Amino acid sequence: MARLIVLGGGVAGHTTATFAAKWLGSSHEVMVVTPNAKWNWIPSNIWVGVGELSKEDVTFDLAPVYSKAGISYKQAKAVAIHPEGKDGSDKPYVVIEHTSKAKAGETEEVEYDYLVNATGPKLNFGATPGLGVGSNLGEHTVSVCTADHAEHAAHELKICIDKMKSGETQKFLIGTGHGMCTCQGAAFEYIFNIEHEIAKAGVRDKAEIKWISNESFLGDFGMGGLHMKVGGYVVSSKLFAESLYAERDIEWIIGAHVNKVESGKASYELLDGSMHEEEFDFSMLIPPFAGVGLKAYDKAGEDITATIFAPNGFMKVDANYAAGTYENWKASDWPRTYQNPTYSNMFAAGIAFAPPHIISKPMSSVNGTPINPTPPRTGMPSGIIGKAVAHSICDLITKGDGAHLHEASMAEMGAACVASAGKGILDGTAAAMTVFPVVPDFEKYPGTGRDTEYTFGEIGLAGHWIKHILHYLFMWKAQLKPGWTLIPE
Amino acid sequence: MKKDEVNFSKSEAFNLTMIPGKFAKSMRTCVIWQFVRFCVINIKMLIVVSKSH
Repeated sequence: MARLIVLGGGVAGHTTATFAAKWLGSSHEVMVVTPNAKWNWIPSNIWVGVGELSKEDVTFDLAPVYSKAGISYKQAKAVAIHPEGKDGSDKPYVVIEHTSKAKAGETEEVEYDYLVNATGPKLNFGATPGLGVGSNLGEHTVSVCTADHAEHAAHELKICIDKMKSGETQKFLIGTGHGMCTCQGAAFEYIFNIEHEIAKAGVRDKAEIKWISNESFLGDFGMGGLHMKVGGYVVSSKLFAESLYAERDIEWIIGAHVNKVESGKASYELLDGSMHEEEFDFSMLIPPFAGVGLKAYDKAGEDITATIFAPNGFMKVDANYAAGTYENWKASDWPRTYQNPTYSNMFAAGIAFAPPHIISKPMSSVNGTPINPTPPRTGMPSGIIGKAVAHSICDLITKGDGAHLHEASMAEMGAACVASAGKGILDGTAAAMTVFPVVPDFEKYPGTGRDTEYTFGEIGLAGHWIKHILHYLFMWKAQLKPGWTLIPE
Repeated sequence: MKKDEVNFSKSEAFNLTMIPGKFAKSMRTCVIWQFVRFCVINIKMLIVVSKSH
């Protein structure tokens, strides 16, 4: 009997574990190690953050779902990987530290045959002074990265709305809290949902809403923007985004590295090197992501973390990490199988894999501060990668070491994205977009880097309906309810 | 000033972009039209999803 350990129970890890358990059956063991007791459909945290959904609406307990699926579950965080075993045993193992109330702080060694690192990111609030400490949110801003954060954000938003109702003016600053952030899409959704809720409360004239982002142009989204067919034209997402911001009376600051947050004030540097400050009454700034800080040791106990992980803490996989400067970047630099090049029984999926380079054009301020979005690896690509990795490992277990590895390159897959711009069955809107491929391939599509037949976007009520339905579909799928495998990632 | 054109005057950045008029905005929440778009967008998304697996 082989044992597959999946580190992390987010979109990528949950997809890997559930499909592997289904395909392997009871003849092999699948184990999930995740510090969380609950699964969270993160895209809907936006609606928790404006008080339209509760935390319970977007989460569920993992233990009964894993029990039903025959998956072993340890509520713990991985601390170190020992891919060569230790003195007296060649069996690789991972050191975990329990996080459940009953066993908090206890460590344990768990042996594995195959390991998938799907830990997701460390929310690196500590990278910006005042934004937080380590992975903990600070007191000056709010966040929608977790369901708990989002619930707190909704509470703070309500206070602001009440103040506006009593005649006060409030300043809102939403966006990214560092020059190297990703996940602009979440902040994009949040700012428009806030605007929608404030308008609904009848106090839009009391709100000054401003966007701040590390994108060099609006609509970059960490993907270098996209070109889509709209009204017979092929247009850049820059036009699409700027139009929406202007329509909703939201000013923007772009190319910004937020370098300090204080009570009611954010300091930032722009690409031209100038330094500025922006005051706020309410602010949601997305933190940069980093690897979760896993260490790795060889059989002799020597630290081999730098061999297994990139400097940002994400796991190295079959990508070309020596692509060099922007002019040399190619779609083929991106990984296909997500297998670690040093230890073939280790894989990474979702945010946890180290991308070969960013997607957007690299930018830095005249002071040398890098200010560019890092690549998104969330949502649909995370699920597809998780499934491909599960398929590969199942084949390796059942067919032997020579089995064909399944591929899921982000340079060959598309993604569907629905970005909410306000919740409401009859007055809600969302930007429904698809991109193909996620990573532009300028050799195959020299014009825009993408296939404009399959890259489109439009905003409207239909998009909101789709996002609403997807919420229920993915909560259903993740709970492994009847027909879950029919719902695509 | 027409209501649709107010935001053009609010900033230079707003002035240099396109802002939808009353008709375009009303179509975004027109239930009949949006039901049609719902069907179209779903078909397009399913094609992209099928090409990606």
